[in-house]
Amino acid sequence: MNDQDTTHPGSEVASTEHGTAVRLDQGHVVGDGGLPERFTNPGLPEHVERMADLDDAAARRAEKQVATLFGISIIGTLAFIVCYFAIGLETTIFVPGIGETSASNFALGVTMALGLLGIGFGAVHWAKTLMPDEEIVEERHPMRAADESRDRVVEVLKEGGASSQITRRPMIKYTLGGALGLFAVPLVLQVAGSLGPMPQNSLSQTFWNGGPSGPGQNPTFTPLRLMRDPENTPIKAEDVTIGSVFHVMPQGLLPDPITGDGGTPNLLEEKAKAAVLLMRLDENIIESQKQRDWGYHGIVAYSKICTHVGCPVGLYEQTTHHLLCPCHQSTFDVTQDAKVIFGPAKRPLPQLQITVDDEGYLVSKAPFQEAVGPSFWERGSA
Amino acid sequence: MSTETTPRPADALRDGDTPAHAAPSGAARKIGGVAGWVDDRTGAAKPVGYLMKKVFPDHWSFMLGEIAMYSMIICLLTGAFLTFWFIPSAGHTVYDGSYVPLRGVSMSEAYASTLNISFDIKGGLIIRQIHHWAALMFIVALSVHMFRVFFTGAFRKPREINWVIGSVLALLAIIEGFAGYSLPDDLLSGTGLRAMEGFVQTAPVIGSYLAFMIFGGPFPGEMIIPRLYSAHILLIPAILIGLFTAHIGLVFVQKHTQFPGPGRTNENVVGYPVMPVYAAKAGGFFFIVFGVIAMMAALVQINPIWAYGPYDPSPVTAGSQPDWYMGFADGALRLLPGVLEFSAFGFTLSLNIALGALVLLPLVYTVLGIYPFVERWVTGDNREHHLLDRPRNAPTRTGLGMAAITAYSVFWFAAGNDIMAIKLNLSINDITWFFRIGLFVLPPIMFWVTKRICLSLQRRDRDSVLHGRETGTIVRTPDGRYFERHETSAELTPEQWVLVQHEAVAPIEIEAAVDENGVARKGTRKERRRAWASRFYFADAVNPVTPAELAAAQHHGAEHEAIEAAPADETAEIESGEPAGRH
Repeated sequence: MNDQDTTHPGSEVASTEHGTAVRLDQGHVVGDGGLPERFTNPGLPEHVERMADLDDAAARRAEKQVATLFGISIIGTLAFIVCYFAIGLETTIFVPGIGETSASNFALGVTMALGLLGIGFGAVHWAKTLMPDEEIVEERHPMRAADESRDRVVEVLKEGGASSQITRRPMIKYTLGGALGLFAVPLVLQVAGSLGPMPQNSLSQTFWNGGPSGPGQNPTFTPLRLMRDPENTPIKAEDVTIGSVFHVMPQGLLPDPITGDGGTPNLLEEKAKAAVLLMRLDENIIESQKQRDWGYHGIVAYSKICTHVGCPVGLYEQTTHHLLCPCHQSTFDVTQDAKVIFGPAKRPLPQLQITVDDEGYLVSKAPFQEAVGPSFWERGSA
Repeated sequence: MSTETTPRPADALRDGDTPAHAAPSGAARKIGGVAGWVDDRTGAAKPVGYLMKKVFPDHWSFMLGEIAMYSMIICLLTGAFLTFWFIPSAGHTVYDGSYVPLRGVSMSEAYASTLNISFDIKGGLIIRQIHHWAALMFIVALSVHMFRVFFTGAFRKPREINWVIGSVLALLAIIEGFAGYSLPDDLLSGTGLRAMEGFVQTAPVIGSYLAFMIFGGPFPGEMIIPRLYSAHILLIPAILIGLFTAHIGLVFVQKHTQFPGPGRTNENVVGYPVMPVYAAKAGGFFFIVFGVIAMMAALVQINPIWAYGPYDPSPVTAGSQPDWYMGFADGALRLLPGVLEFSAFGFTLSLNIALGALVLLPLVYTVLGIYPFVERWVTGDNREHHLLDRPRNAPTRTGLGMAAITAYSVFWFAAGNDIMAIKLNLSINDITWFFRIGLFVLPPIMFWVTKRICLSLQRRDRDSVLHGRETGTIVRTPDGRYFERHETSAELTPEQWVLVQHEAVAPIEIEAAVDENGVARKGTRKERRRAWASRFYFADAVNPVTPAELAAAQHHGAEHEAIEAAPADETAEIESGEPAGRH
């Protein structure tokens, strides 16, 4: 392993009694008639003939087995062709242990597998029983090329450099270096510059700001009704009973659920930020005054987008008032202003200020006061 | 010279021409015809002839890399098929195919075309399932292949480059897998992309710009599907195939490593030639791998995207899980606590996300990639190694590997904390805390346990060489003592060679910090560090039996009673591998 090799345990027996120690990278050195430092490699064992090498009947048996396997492959492939045409896509069959499954997928897969496995096992069995099984020794040579070859490369490089005069003409050297260093810039700039627009303030605002909130769009706030998702119908305060949860989108975002008309053009992009969960709590268990003020008689609305990495916080436990994100299990306590009580998220879910309009429908009173969803570097400054 | 010419056909021999060789007959002519045509134009006969008689050693663990290679080829093949029907577009459409529950639902073209592949294209589902199973198999096989290479020390000189290429291949493979399973644009994969966007957004300073660049605007946008498609079928496969070709090319150039055994040395390779044995075995094995994956695709459903519905940022399914190879990063995100997010001066740094999502993946593969260089620095060993280590003979390396696998497993199992909580009826909070603590506690324990097991196995090897095989025969001495008779032979048997063939090792000894004149030597601190690392690797090494030790044991063994019933301290030296001294 290293220069201390000669002091390894036990070696002093050999080295002191039988002359100098040998370096272990010199291969297997036989001692001088006394005890060598290491055992010598006993060499390849005798080759043992197989049944099929000695007995012609065994060889014929192996031949038949290989042929049978190849035959199974042919049958499998032919069966695939038949099944391809014979079995419709709608047909299902019951397979024990699997259940109801697509007949076509089952038949095509199994026949294809037979066609493949027959060839595979046949070839391997052939190799193991009939092909030569006497091991062959091939010598290795050090990876390193001969010294002359290495020297020649250095020499050629030196000569090339000298004959091109690059070493003597620094202006060429430095301008070439500069040009090569810069030539990729246009390519990088093109791709980096054109892949996407600047986010501007689009991560910090949502449809609740009053309308479409993409990059460059700066909606002015108007109160928006809270609409059921996906029915797109407004919600009366008295419909929100204690324990119930509503999935909510702002008015004007969703298209008509029947006709598919209307709605905002960038539907998924707006949904990804505007989704809100609405629930009613007993006002007495709400611990935060701000939460009570921003709600309406115990009805509170929170962003549904997890402050961890943006999954929808889809699981609400009525008894504990906990919201759980199914992606990474961040848990938010709705009675404590959606504070994180467990899991990897840091910030509480942002609350949406709500009230009711003249007709008794829930509406937003102000947009979200902070960016919804996952953190980003400049979120606090927006 | 005569100017007189006699008319003759253009292809007839001229003076001085050598006559054509006598034409070979029968089958040889058939092969030779085509091969000759090619060789006339390429001179390929020499390299092909060399490759056909190239020798490969035989061992079951050498098939792991083959499985990875074949799975990759199967992915390429079935992937090409899938491109004929898949539409890589987030464009809006209304489904009207034959899967009734989703008829009339608005969705992306990508999702609709994946449904078509599954329900309306004959054999489409089997190709899709083979593609997905082969992708999972690819990453399983390459990971286990990597374990094999690591634990046997096959990454040592001259194979460090191939280890680094392999590490890059492994990283690319999981990125390729992620890009692939995100393409169908179903609810599950879309949620994965949603999380990915969240990861990118947390990159310090440039996060939100980076996210807008990748998604071509606000999430989800319509650009991500075509971009992932381009990465999945063009960019990453091109790099994968290029690196893979280099990987396999280096195996040919450097010749395969082999396990130690009688007749196998560092200077030879013992095995079977490509033609015909490995052509049949490896070629046949391709069909076996393909067949097994086809059978899995026929019998075991994978990624039933129709059950999830189209992507929508608002709904979500409980138990959202990525494909297995992304599990460790997902698990890291579940373990990192929220306290790692910091805000100051209006800027937010989310280390609770960035560490797991942006740092962990490259970190894991960087650590993997540099390991050979670290070990080389510790051992100072600059020789070529073509004989594999038995894992027990490198206890520290084996321990480190097992510790790393343990840390990876903790992350990986943490990604299933919700599933475990439900199935085992445990508190998810307790499970998460168990993993958080386990991440720091379990790997060192695993290191220690593995190392002790390796050392014990080495001692057993020594014991078996020194004292021979246990016969199970109990002998009673005249004075009433009992011992088990061991079958010994004076000479080393070929079977025992494998137990003694490895090199003895010892830690580097540190030289004095000052030379004999009291002058401080240069670089002693560096040497001290290296000596410390060397002690960490080799301090309690158990070294193989030497001929002298065997002779000494045989000498003792002549009187069986003496060695078997002697007081422990007399034989302990030999058995434990401590310096045997002179006997």
